[in-house]
Amino acid sequence: MIIINKEYIKFTKKMKKDYTILIPNMLPIHFNMVIRVLESYGYKAKMLENEGHSVVESGLKYVHNDTCYPAILVIGQFIDALKSGSYDTHKVALMLFQTGGGCRASNYVSLLRKALIKAGYGYVPVVSFSLTGLEKHPGFKLTIPLLHKLMYAVTCGDLLMSLYNQCRTTETERGQSKALLDEWTEKIARGMRTVGPLRYEKIKQYYNQIVRDFDSIPRRNEKPIKVGIVGEIYVKFSSLGNNGLEQFLVDEGAQVCVPGFLDFCFYCIYNSIVDKKLYNMTKLPLFIYKFAFNFAKRKQQDMINAIKQNSNFEPMTPIDRTISLCDGYINLGVKMGEGWLLTAEMLELYDSGTKNIICTQPFGCLPNHICGKGMIRPLKERMSDINIVAVDYDAGATKVNQINRIKLMLANAKEQEIEKSDKKQPALV
Amino acid sequence: MINTITATKQNTEKTTDNMSNDISILSVGIDIGSTTAKIVITRNAEVIYEKYERHFSKVRNKLLEMLYDAREILENESFTVAISGSAGFGLAQSINLPFVQEVFVVGKVINALEPDTTTVIELGGEDAKIIFFDGGTDERMNGSCAGGTGAFIDQMASLLNITVDEMDKLALEHKKIYPIASRCGVFAKTDVQPLLNQGAAKSDIAASIFQAVVNQTIAGLAQGRKITGKVLFLGGPLYYCKGLQQRFKETLKLSDSQAVFPEYARYAVAFGTAIYARECADIRDFDGLCSDIEKSLNDKPIISALPPLFASEQDYEKFSQRHSKSDVPHRDISDYSGKSFLGIDCGSTTTKIVLLSENKEILYTYYSSNRGTPVEIIKEQLNEIYKLCGDRITIAGSAVTGYGEELVKNAFGVDIGVVETIAHYTAAKYFCPKVDFILDIGGQDIKCFKIKNGAIDSIMLNEACSSGCGSFIETFAKSMGYEVPDFAQQGLFAPAPVDLGSRCTVFMNSSVKQAQKDGVSVGDISAGLSISVVKNAIYKVIRATDVSELGENIIVQGGTFLNDAVLRAFERELNKNVIRPAISGLMGAYGCALISMKCTESSIITRKALENFTHTSKTAVCKGCTNHCTLTINTFEGGKKFISGNRCEKGLGSLSNAEVLPDLYEYKLNKLASYQGGSSKRGKIGLPMALGTYELLPLWYGIFTNLGFEVVLSGASTRRVYEKGQFTIPSDTACYPAKLMHGHIIKLMEEGVDAIFYPCLTYNVNEKSADNHYNCPVVAYYSELLSGNIDGLKETGFLYPYLNITSPKVLASGLRKSLCQKFGEIPAGEVKRAVKAGLEQYKNYMADIRKKGESAIEFAKKTGRRIMILAGRPYHIDSEICHGINKLATSLGFVVVSEDSICHLAKMPSVHVLNQWTYHSRLYRAAKYASQHSDVSLVQLVSFGCGVDAITTDEVRRILESNGKYYTQIKIDEITNLGAVKIRLRSLLGALEMNER
Repeated sequence: MIIINKEYIKFTKKMKKDYTILIPNMLPIHFNMVIRVLESYGYKAKMLENEGHSVVESGLKYVHNDTCYPAILVIGQFIDALKSGSYDTHKVALMLFQTGGGCRASNYVSLLRKALIKAGYGYVPVVSFSLTGLEKHPGFKLTIPLLHKLMYAVTCGDLLMSLYNQCRTTETERGQSKALLDEWTEKIARGMRTVGPLRYEKIKQYYNQIVRDFDSIPRRNEKPIKVGIVGEIYVKFSSLGNNGLEQFLVDEGAQVCVPGFLDFCFYCIYNSIVDKKLYNMTKLPLFIYKFAFNFAKRKQQDMINAIKQNSNFEPMTPIDRTISLCDGYINLGVKMGEGWLLTAEMLELYDSGTKNIICTQPFGCLPNHICGKGMIRPLKERMSDINIVAVDYDAGATKVNQINRIKLMLANAKEQEIEKSDKKQPALV
Repeated sequence: MINTITATKQNTEKTTDNMSNDISILSVGIDIGSTTAKIVITRNAEVIYEKYERHFSKVRNKLLEMLYDAREILENESFTVAISGSAGFGLAQSINLPFVQEVFVVGKVINALEPDTTTVIELGGEDAKIIFFDGGTDERMNGSCAGGTGAFIDQMASLLNITVDEMDKLALEHKKIYPIASRCGVFAKTDVQPLLNQGAAKSDIAASIFQAVVNQTIAGLAQGRKITGKVLFLGGPLYYCKGLQQRFKETLKLSDSQAVFPEYARYAVAFGTAIYARECADIRDFDGLCSDIEKSLNDKPIISALPPLFASEQDYEKFSQRHSKSDVPHRDISDYSGKSFLGIDCGSTTTKIVLLSENKEILYTYYSSNRGTPVEIIKEQLNEIYKLCGDRITIAGSAVTGYGEELVKNAFGVDIGVVETIAHYTAAKYFCPKVDFILDIGGQDIKCFKIKNGAIDSIMLNEACSSGCGSFIETFAKSMGYEVPDFAQQGLFAPAPVDLGSRCTVFMNSSVKQAQKDGVSVGDISAGLSISVVKNAIYKVIRATDVSELGENIIVQGGTFLNDAVLRAFERELNKNVIRPAISGLMGAYGCALISMKCTESSIITRKALENFTHTSKTAVCKGCTNHCTLTINTFEGGKKFISGNRCEKGLGSLSNAEVLPDLYEYKLNKLASYQGGSSKRGKIGLPMALGTYELLPLWYGIFTNLGFEVVLSGASTRRVYEKGQFTIPSDTACYPAKLMHGHIIKLMEEGVDAIFYPCLTYNVNEKSADNHYNCPVVAYYSELLSGNIDGLKETGFLYPYLNITSPKVLASGLRKSLCQKFGEIPAGEVKRAVKAGLEQYKNYMADIRKKGESAIEFAKKTGRRIMILAGRPYHIDSEICHGINKLATSLGFVVVSEDSICHLAKMPSVHVLNQWTYHSRLYRAAKYASQHSDVSLVQLVSFGCGVDAITTDEVRRILESNGKYYTQIKIDEITNLGAVKIRLRSLLGALEMNER
């Protein structure tokens, strides 16, 4: 349990009634459902959608400029929203999702509080939401049923994201997969609002229907180039962080593969198991982590089964497989930032046939020196046809350079594709 | 130049045969780079036309012009055409032509022309690329950083005030290479400028600049891959600069046959694009294409614009009138007689001189670019002044400030040397006695200081990653074909200044590039740059969150503020009127002249002596200590010598009478070096002297010697050690201490040890004063990166177990497992005992350091010395990392202690951030200690690229400032610019002294 500062503004029970909790838009699909779950427990919540220059500007103004880009964006987005006049600043709270551990990202909450004080919003409560520990807020409690529902928000979000990405490039009617995605997000969200425990059977039914629905979208019979996106969690998922990377790739005719958010949850739980093994240090008894890990594993397997039974879509890689792929590349003890998971996801993508990978990171990201850029060479050594490009994101990097690098990667991918088909059909001389 | 590619026609045909249906059709390849446009026209895969020109950012106009030049060829038949190049993307889109990625295209060309090439290195205006062909094609290009490219070379040449061509010729005559950083032009300038000011030979500097480009290419792009075999060099800079070619050949150790500098170096991309055009077979005709481009000239740029600086001429009129009031009295030198006082400001890029009468009237001023040789300029100027003075006026006092202070003081016998900050404050007070904030933007540095109670309260200088200084605007103006005043003029009434944001200049470079690409006018770019410079100063250097916190009475000065566009942008941003003295560019010199008025008689060089004045310089390496400073020895008339470049007084040969002050950095370094040796009963274990080893060496030494291993250390870091490992660094933005690790590992591999040991430590020692005791990710897991990126390391035996040093039991079992795998069975009991001994050793070491810290403080108190806490990380004591700053501090009279030697003397203050790293928590306690003692100052050393310090610096600053102490931060990386550090430390000293008075 990490308690950062003893004097933070608490989110009280009274606030629960009339305060709106603002949430940054890191993972729009998932967070939309998270909001509905929170609503079912009596909270008011809203996902921020403000983008553009003023967000970055506010971030640069209130956060140390050498801090990682995600902090600048997330905090910039909050402050920009507070300043916009769209909210009664005395009736909002901010919720920040963050990782713990030795990465500087664990300081986001304190950086946000500092920035709020500087900007004159010191009275706005901040609720930090972290899988490794939580501050005490009388008005905000993570109960087991709540956590349970949140987990389904994550699995459903992953499933929708994966299928949507597998359809959007080749759909014959533009916008059809997006419409289906929105429809399902809404439907699940509504389902989440039920008071009381959730019936897992219903969720599983959802899984099957979702897969069948996406499979029924008419798609062109072509094989687009598959491009995987891995990296620091914020710039990997957030279009605000990566300058709309997914859309760019789709426009270029590529199919995007983004390993899901559940992997990250696995990673967080698994690190506690490894800590016990390596250092004999744990916060809770080991069996709790093992239970949670196995529980989530079963849920992942149900999703994989739903995909396999109902369609030809590519399923997620089971977490055990993902973990085993690290062997010989990186130790599972690397647990700061995205740690071993980042390397694992590159391996997982290659393993499942996605050989073109964009490794995204904020400029100067410390863990990524090691788990991202530092692993590219060993990966290439053993998999000569892996095509990885590392792209840095920060407030100053212009899109031209990023696009240039990505285009180069795509050009290589296309050439590889041609070479491959050449080999299959020997030229008639 | 025509037909340079035909020699290899055979090859080309082979590959193009199956590409196009009709190879007799004309093909046009257009390559639009960041600074130049290239066009190649082929028929039958043979080049029949080629042209290479600078486009000065007027991409569309230039292309049109070039097409018209080739009208004769293109007019009468249709052709295929494609575009490539970093600035070609937008153009291709708007006129609907096929676009192809330029690196990809180079690959095509090589396949066609030089198929046995293993590596291609291509440098362009702002791009740098390496393409590897052996063992799987791999192509790399520079990311968001434009250092080490053609633009960088241009910038450096203009700094030396010579053309690129002249610089190239000079480079071939070099005798010596200085280390120069090329990651960004700003850094390199901070390296080059002191060399110039110290009088280093231009030929050596020129070659060093090329070497910097080479190093950047290797470190930044090769990223661990060795460059061997046949290497093809492409692009403009590599075609024109023989000196650069030479540096590449020597550095990569290539023979003549391995290094190919082809005639078509500049056209490769355009040629490849022509090949690509044929494949695409997008048929166009001349008139249609030209009219499409013409139409696109009117495309409305989609770029965010800011309000104009001045809405009308009247606005500008009022503004000019208001500022004209801040002036000083002048007097015609020809009708004055009596005493006069001379002030010289020998700045980084300009030299300023002011001569005052006894009544503080200005008699004479001078302001000009250094053109690299300040000594010559000042000699000229003194001659001029003596001529004007005649027998009527005597020089009764003189003072000098700025980068060249010491050199000028010694060369000409100037009476007083003044720290820049004090000189400027003195001058500012004349204009506004109540001044509480001074901002000076000069050629390449931004200085600002707050004044409280008549003393300088805080000083901020731009750090290594500086942005938005005057010379940036200058370079940009020049690159677009303007002089600065004209460029500024263009911006004054620009209707829609482009929003370039507030970031480091290199990045701004690419923002500007993008704006140009989008067709933004010169005026709007000029105004946009002025606004950016201002924003950088306010939000990046001063780091103000609210402009009102700057102060009430603000004086702005420095040459850059002579630019009305910058001044206006500043007032706009502040929403407040400020004072710009009419002598804005001369304030340092003016302040010096005022200070020199306390002299009664001057020791300055006499008219007679000046006539015989000569100056030569040569370089030497100081052997006084392991720093091996590069010294520049200036010899003046009569054999008088001045040595610069040294960190301490040793090189001057005056050590004998100088008192040696306690220096914990020095002490720790020596102490740690003693932890090596032992019997090698079980084998030899090598420990890299980098990162965490600087903390835990006593622990490992205790354990290993106890187990019968000999401990071999990799020794002191040097530039050479860094270069040894440079090839293997995968992430260029990692901190310098991490990058040094590579060289140390390779050194150990060469020593022939049985195993190299650098464990992964998620958790560091628990000093029980913080929320947690992590290492930073780099210190904790760097071994994972080393293992994957250094060839042969695994074979040497690299042990990097995950250990928990906070529990003897877990430590012993983890360590034993790892050792047994390599060295066979070692009894558990033995390891346990060794661990116990090791922990004891570490405890003793820390106790000793603390005791030494206490006695240093005691010494200072007894002798009335000031104490400086040089606060960083344990590995900052590495002399290659801290560049001898500790010695500089002792030479200024400070007793130097390290953060870990005194932090036990203070309680952990309450901090507003997550206090979870062991090393960093010491910083907070050290800051607390400094804030409790009036004779203690804290200077924080921060490695460039250290992400964690983005958090600690603000917190350390807060702890100090909330207790009324100065906060001084020094950012360090591979560059060695002690000149700037010296100014900071002297300013700090000056401020401390002023406060006491």
